[in-house]
Amino acid sequence: MSLALFALLVAAGSFGAGLLGAVTGLGGGIVVVPMLTVLFHVDIRYAIGASLVSVIATSSGAASAYVREGYTNVRIGIFLEVATTVGALVGAALAHVVPTSALAILFGLVLLYSAYRSLRGDKATAAVPPPDPLGERLRLNGSYPEAPGRVPYVVHRVRLGFGVMLFAGILSALLGIGSGVVKVLAMDRAMRLPFKVSTTTSNFMIGVTAAASAGVYLHRGYIDPSVAFPVMLGVLSGAVLGARLLAVADAVWLRRIFTAVVCVLAVEMLYKGLTGGV
Amino acid sequence: MTAPPPRRSTPSKPSPNAEVGRPRAWSDYDVEQVVGRLLQAGVILASIVVVLGGTLLLARHGSEATAFSVFRGDSSTLRSVSATLRGALHGDPRAIVQLGLVLLIATPVARVALTLAAFAAQRDRMYVAMTGLVLALLLIGLFS
Repeated sequence: MSLALFALLVAAGSFGAGLLGAVTGLGGGIVVVPMLTVLFHVDIRYAIGASLVSVIATSSGAASAYVREGYTNVRIGIFLEVATTVGALVGAALAHVVPTSALAILFGLVLLYSAYRSLRGDKATAAVPPPDPLGERLRLNGSYPEAPGRVPYVVHRVRLGFGVMLFAGILSALLGIGSGVVKVLAMDRAMRLPFKVSTTTSNFMIGVTAAASAGVYLHRGYIDPSVAFPVMLGVLSGAVLGARLLAVADAVWLRRIFTAVVCVLAVEMLYKGLTGGV
Repeated sequence: MTAPPPRRSTPSKPSPNAEVGRPRAWSDYDVEQVVGRLLQAGVILASIVVVLGGTLLLARHGSEATAFSVFRGDSSTLRSVSATLRGALHGDPRAIVQLGLVLLIATPVARVALTLAAFAAQRDRMYVAMTGLVLALLLIGLFS
């Protein structure tokens, strides 16, 4: 395949990934790595490098709007970034020793879990734990805009959230994804933040988490400009259009389509990992 | 995009150290606006450089065959910020793309540095320490 054709096809695929990722809220990064390895036979390390770069682009782009609108809790973001950046550096170090077939299997499992979460939806669960005094001491409590004023909230289970974030950072670095699913899990479920605050603050942190491991991968040669540029431009333009579409599109159907794609890719990744085809 | 929410007239969390008479430190609201603009500018700048380099790359090497199924990362010359800069200044299309990607990676790093400055201006020691730690970890990743 010529470089021009490769760039065109990869950009088109990445555009679709960015679009669906933005509309469904799952993020485009989780489809980019399997797409590159399964469809284009790109080495998984180049795929991870390219995906990380696109993750920084989309999260920073989206975060720039959310943070100005006042949804993002910058203090919670910074506090949890301590965990995710440590996790990312640990993950980048692990990536050096973990065989690529194991990465593919782990990726398949994460894809399956994301699909499961996406289908199950977000139902309220269990009793709300008491507010964490640590949240007060770290000044993590805040408020978010909601007509006609601002709604205050308190944080819960700060330590648990911090621990889950360490894991999110490791996963992000190992697989080249934003791991927004795990980040929202930590803030939504563990710390009990309002949905809008957890999604926007997760977005705010994803760029920093990805930048920590992207720096390491740059030195290792994982980031190849010829692979990364169509991915980055494709995912970013898809995500920008996806954010606009969000208001008009039928999210239920798009979510189902995206979940189906994620499932197929999960099976492919597991197969590749188990047969040593990566 | 949805309509912007009502603006806050006062900072949500006034600095406990704010004293009368001293020039008012950045409010959290101010910080949010500047951080948002910085992220936007970084992504736009990086995208412009990547589009420029990508166009040159395709114009010069578009018909060459690809071989990304084999990992040759160790032989890559674009593995450091300085090598990327040198190559880009010589007009190497791959290096120009890589420079755009490096700018993109630097965007969140710059965001953390900016928040660090803001917390320092607010004399918020706890968050200066936390943000400083995050910045140090990022720089270790980028330059080690």
